[in-house]
Amino acid sequence: MRGRGPFWPRLAASADRRTEEARERHDKAEAFRRAMMPHMDAAYNLARYLSRDPSAADDIVQDAYLRAYRSFDTWRGEAAKPWLLTIVRNCFLNSVGGSADRMSGRPVHEITGELPDALIESRNPESLLADQGEAAMLRATIEQIPEPFRETLILRELEELSYKEIAAIAQVPIGTIMSRLARARQMLADLLLPYASRKARS
Amino acid sequence: MSLHPDKLPLLHGLVDGELDAANTIAIEAHLKTCPDCRAELEQIQAVRDLIAAAPLREHAPESLHKRIALMIDAEAGPVPRAHAASRPAPMPGRLAWAGGGVAAHVLSGRWLSGAATGLIAASLALAVVVPQMTHTDMEDQLVQSHVRSLLVGHLVDIPTSNRHVVKPWFNGKVDFAPPVPELADQGFPLVGGRLDYIDDHEVAAIVYRRHLHVINLFVRPAHTLSLPGEVATRHEGYSLVRWTAGGLEYWAVSDVEMGDLKLFRQAYLARAQ
Repeated sequence: MRGRGPFWPRLAASADRRTEEARERHDKAEAFRRAMMPHMDAAYNLARYLSRDPSAADDIVQDAYLRAYRSFDTWRGEAAKPWLLTIVRNCFLNSVGGSADRMSGRPVHEITGELPDALIESRNPESLLADQGEAAMLRATIEQIPEPFRETLILRELEELSYKEIAAIAQVPIGTIMSRLARARQMLADLLLPYASRKARS
Repeated sequence: MSLHPDKLPLLHGLVDGELDAANTIAIEAHLKTCPDCRAELEQIQAVRDLIAAAPLREHAPESLHKRIALMIDAEAGPVPRAHAASRPAPMPGRLAWAGGGVAAHVLSGRWLSGAATGLIAASLALAVVVPQMTHTDMEDQLVQSHVRSLLVGHLVDIPTSNRHVVKPWFNGKVDFAPPVPELADQGFPLVGGRLDYIDDHEVAAIVYRRHLHVINLFVRPAHTLSLPGEVATRHEGYSLVRWTAGGLEYWAVSDVEMGDLKLFRQAYLARAQ
């Protein structure tokens, strides 16, 4: 650093600029923390139900926050939670190898609403309940619901987003969200209500 | 199943409060006359009640909160100094390097030759601030630089395990010449080199690996008055080891165990001669 005396004014100016940039970065970080950090539970919840894997959910959420931070300039002050959850969902899709096909669902379910036989036989609520207790049983039952019905159910029932917000996240029309939600609830009803009514009778 | 599949979306819309007034009135009128749809509505409500009654929402673990907070800190870079608006000269950085030697700066000749008297006044005013520029502040910046280097996919500017490439690369980028010894046979393969900023100053970052872990070795000229002492400390879950040699100050930062990092210092010092 010695011998740079003559350049001092230039260095001072560049330090000025760097400080200015540091200040802008700092302000951006503050705005980001205020807007996005309160939704970390929602982000984690969605990642958890999408991936069905706690450690994968950790990575997805961390990745999502990094991307959210880097694209924070594109946030225009709209509702923060759906904005963040869109990124979480994309990160999940990337983590499983990328295409949105995975979320487009199997048409056969959408048409018939039938649950896969293997699901009903191997992981029925009562065997789950015997294993794990009620909340865990419900959780595991929800995890058994195929996509794209599961994500629709999570966003509506657990995150309480509007149809419009869910449609924006899943990038499909609202009508599709309504039919997916109806299918998801029907599947849950088929799985849970026989057990619930038996429990009520006993 | 409802006998009126066309009414299903409206039933769900009703329980979700998503219907406009006209549709709400229409479906409520229909429900009065249709027991099938009433049964369907009850079933939808029963499922919703089951879900609502159980604690099904997953909460982000504390460790994840911490990791993301640290990541955002790292992305945001160093916190701008409170006094920076009035005189954002790089003096705080200099002071940090000096380990608190204000007098050294005033006497270093650089200030007296180039700086206006206003700057000297400012540096005297800064003396009050000096106690804040502790090792912890330094360690914060080093850990943030380390974390940032891992996150942004920008670990190295010059990715090579060939030390004869890394060392000349720093020429002309920094005005000192950090030794870049080959340590692969000691269990620390060279990954490459990078320019980084600490306290608004360019520093050389030499990157080594220990198994799957990254070691960032930050190098900058040691101030004449900087303490020669060696430091080994833990900060935010990272190990930091500091030493000085040959007029340079070294900070090794990594998530490896402290023992491994001290081993690294030993190996580096033995080869850097």
